[in-house]
Amino acid sequence: MSAHSQTSGARLSLRGLGKAFGARKVLRDTQLQAEPGEFIAVVGRSGCGKSTLLRLVAGLDQPTAGSLQIDGAPAAGLREDTRIMFQEARLLPWQRVRANVTLGLPHEQAARADDVLAQVGLADRGGEWPARLSGGQRQRVALARALVHQPRLLLLDEPLGALDALTRIEMHRLIESLWQRHRFTALLVTHDVQEAVALADRVILIEDGRIALDERVDLPRPRVHDAAFAALERRILDQVLRSGAQHPTPEPAWPLPAAHALRWAI
Amino acid sequence: MTAQNETWIAGQARNDKTHVIAGLTRNPLPPVLRAVTQRLLPWLVPLALLTLWQLASSSGWLSTRVLPAPSEVARAAWQLAQSGELWTHVRVSAGRAFLGLAVGGGLGLLLGLLTGSVRTAETLLDSTFQMLRNIPALALIPLVILWFGIDETAKLFLISVSVFFPIYLNTFHGIRNVDPALIEMGRTYGLTRWQLYRQVILPGALSSILVGLRFSLGLMWVILIVAETISAQAGIGYLTMNAREFLQTDVVLVGILLYAVLGKLADLLARALEHGWLRWHPGYQGGAR
Repeated sequence: MSAHSQTSGARLSLRGLGKAFGARKVLRDTQLQAEPGEFIAVVGRSGCGKSTLLRLVAGLDQPTAGSLQIDGAPAAGLREDTRIMFQEARLLPWQRVRANVTLGLPHEQAARADDVLAQVGLADRGGEWPARLSGGQRQRVALARALVHQPRLLLLDEPLGALDALTRIEMHRLIESLWQRHRFTALLVTHDVQEAVALADRVILIEDGRIALDERVDLPRPRVHDAAFAALERRILDQVLRSGAQHPTPEPAWPLPAAHALRWAI
Repeated sequence: MTAQNETWIAGQARNDKTHVIAGLTRNPLPPVLRAVTQRLLPWLVPLALLTLWQLASSSGWLSTRVLPAPSEVARAAWQLAQSGELWTHVRVSAGRAFLGLAVGGGLGLLLGLLTGSVRTAETLLDSTFQMLRNIPALALIPLVILWFGIDETAKLFLISVSVFFPIYLNTFHGIRNVDPALIEMGRTYGLTRWQLYRQVILPGALSSILVGLRFSLGLMWVILIVAETISAQAGIGYLTMNAREFLQTDVVLVGILLYAVLGKLADLLARALEHGWLRWHPGYQGGAR
């Protein structure tokens, strides 16, 4: 791999990707091609399989059918060049902001943390405890923590779901500008169609475990909420609502590590 | 101006750690005087009781056999401190207590970490510990005397056994209660197993481990007192039992107070640890209380 490709986005390709839990297929026969540096948003009702898709791409879970390729090579398990931003910031509360950002980073690269913190607008908060930050600030730290690894593929799992409307708009701008600057490939899972249209080059709708719509968003950036924006949003939303006629089956609760029954002693 | 001043006072009072009921915040006293009153008020009842006790003793209404005057107790403490006897006994007792804590607590911590982290170890050991922990340490006394006689080993054993379980259980529970979302995050950010343990799991379990430590410290003194009272050649228990033989009630009281002071000091130590290690925790940012 050349030095150039290390800093640019990854080419992601899903071929007939599927995931089943026992007899229940949560995701089936998914074909998706993401060009390097492309921003793809995945929308759908809760339980449609979009989080499953993200976890498969992240390598947190293994597909039961099909394959996943990065830059043409089959990929399995967690990868160095892929980072996730979760719905909750998942900062370590016992580490200060700067230490959270450098988590898992080799010592010689730790200097990058200040730079990245400045990029998310938290240059002066490196010495703060996460508990002292607002929800939006915590997500910025989480974004900085992901970016400091210079990922070629950034996965965003509804990272703005818990934020208020104004903070969300701020975060949209921030994510867009950082994406334009670093040129990573981005895969955003969201239930908010407006967010998808505001950020993505392509909006994918997942319905009942398969891709039901693949819509290119050809609006100039930075995007304003004009008539074309509204029309596109309307069209996608209509499709989402139409799919609601079928009853959604909830995705299974993901088996997190160590999440087994506790024996309450004392 | 006055209204502003009043709201400022109310704001102060809310920030103050001593709880002030709403009615008192309207008190027209200046803030400094009010703060002093708030600090002194809790001492009023103890001081009154002490005075009453002193008066009752010196007037002969309360027999010195039952309860010597506070001044007598203070004098006994002073004399013991002067002769150096006091420090010898405190050193011996505290040494026993903390050695027992180190042995029992250390084992509890190690095994708690093991069973909390390794599934096989839990399956193998945990149910055994859960059964054993129901045996009160004091019930072991006859057996311990048979095994170790009545010397140091017996006391050490009793203290170790009793402090083991709170630390073991809370360590185990703490490890198991670490937020799985954080563990998953650590894995996706490329932490090695050791880094994950060191940076995510251990710090996550620490507040629970410290709770176990505080339970253990409380138990440690209780068991120490019982063990020393049964038989000892030195230590606070020896001091009090010896004094009992000679009807020196004042020295007995000194011993009781010493236990109280040591218990308080141990508690302060635990709080200091919490303050230092849990600085990040919003619940501990108030500092050692």
